[in-house]
Amino acid sequence: MALKETLDGGKFAVTTEVGPLKGTDISEIMELAEILNGKVDGVNVTDQQSAVMRLGSLAACSILVEKGLDPVFQMTCRDRNRIALQSDLLSASVLGINNVLVISGDYPTLGDHIDARDVYDLDSEQLIWTINRMNEGYDLAGNELQGKTDLFVGAVVKPVSDTDESFELQLTMMEKKISVGARFFQTQAVYDVEVFERFMKRAAQFKVPVLAGVIPLKSAGMARYMNKNVSGVFVPEHMIDDMARAKDKVATGLEIAAQLMRDLKDLSQGVHIMAIGWEKKVPDILRLANLA
Amino acid sequence: MLRSEQKPFEEILGYLEGEDKVFIVGCDGCAQASQTGGLPQVLEMKERLEGEGKTVSGCSVVDFLCQKALVASRLRPLEDTIMESDSLLALCCGVGVQAVAAMVKKPVHPGCNTVNLGGSRGEWQGSERCMECGDCLLEYTGGICPLTVCSKGLRNGPCGGASNGKCEVSPEKPCGWELIYARLKETGRLDVLKTFIPPKDWNKMRPRPEMLSTSMWALEQMDTSREGGTV
Repeated sequence: MALKETLDGGKFAVTTEVGPLKGTDISEIMELAEILNGKVDGVNVTDQQSAVMRLGSLAACSILVEKGLDPVFQMTCRDRNRIALQSDLLSASVLGINNVLVISGDYPTLGDHIDARDVYDLDSEQLIWTINRMNEGYDLAGNELQGKTDLFVGAVVKPVSDTDESFELQLTMMEKKISVGARFFQTQAVYDVEVFERFMKRAAQFKVPVLAGVIPLKSAGMARYMNKNVSGVFVPEHMIDDMARAKDKVATGLEIAAQLMRDLKDLSQGVHIMAIGWEKKVPDILRLANLA
Repeated sequence: MLRSEQKPFEEILGYLEGEDKVFIVGCDGCAQASQTGGLPQVLEMKERLEGEGKTVSGCSVVDFLCQKALVASRLRPLEDTIMESDSLLALCCGVGVQAVAAMVKKPVHPGCNTVNLGGSRGEWQGSERCMECGDCLLEYTGGICPLTVCSKGLRNGPCGGASNGKCEVSPEKPCGWELIYARLKETGRLDVLKTFIPPKDWNKMRPRPEMLSTSMWALEQMDTSREGGTV
């Protein structure tokens, strides 16, 4: 089922994501489209993830539409001004893309074109607001569109923070994003269900679906790396120990992810699986989590 | 105040390739404070260029090279020497290079790079910076400018990139929006964070035509009538 229908119908939604490669080789996306078809409600396509230049999200989303999936077009504010952003939103609509996820975007110096000029002509809240104007039939300059968009707009939120300021700001931003038209949220990866529950107790008042982020662990080293380098990711020590001790790292990593998803099912309106290279294993994780 | 750094000497030598006589101009304003174009640096540059076989036809340090009227009045007595030179080397900020180039009909080589301070800092310098955006948002941000304090210049709130209160761009840099949050909390104004700031009109950040003239326009009217002349 398509993502919007699933969430509007109050059903638990499952989304995952794919990252286009650097180059014109689309064989992997074609293969993943086959594997994921019918297994998930939506497939996010990242937009120059980590500020590393790759095939565009728009083109990859279009391929997924052709293959019968419901892609979520990720859009960062980093690389395009308001003219290009609005034009790409029109293009997405024409190509049959229904969902957009709005993100600020990692700063260029974090990627592979560190000399690039950053844009941020619009910030995330302003882009969400813009998409809703386009859904109403107008562009940012107030001109009437010849054919309006009908895009389902999502945003991101970080449920776990290392400072109180950051935690409170994330909730305020969530509220502001909803006030300008965000209809669903996908979160940073969650590993501590209790901490996530604390976030949801505050976020539930907004009554907008939240899809909790899940990243399967591949090794103890990966967990430690994320704890050190990825904002908002906190893998508990006992999970790192489990990964370090595991004989079959793949099986253990998938089982931890599946257990998280079983626990998150009662706390959120869906899960968003970011498999980071393990996209082909997503159907296995769903089976283990009783979500297949 | 504009902060400058001297370009690598090899780069400067490259600019002077094929030329023999060079006239050096320095600046006793910001470049002196930056130790890139005050008298000691001008004399040091003279010595180094002479060491490379160049002829330094003359040197002059002007109080403020960014002031075209001052440039004209200080360089005019040296007009003959300057016009006999192949070029000028300006040890100052980018404004100074442009002002000298506007007043002297000779090639003017920049000897420095102007370092971005992320907005001007007022006469009494602190860490507060203004981007002169023409549409002040400080009302909504606790008197801390999001354009200059946030690496991405986000107007409505933070991205998700901060760790331990530091920006994703550098662990040395505080997350500007966490500073804004702390200030608003301290002053009991957290509610303003919910105000949606609409897309910005960046045209307001461009200087208006009348502002392109300087505050010393009367003096300039008098002494830049020879703009594009020899000196």
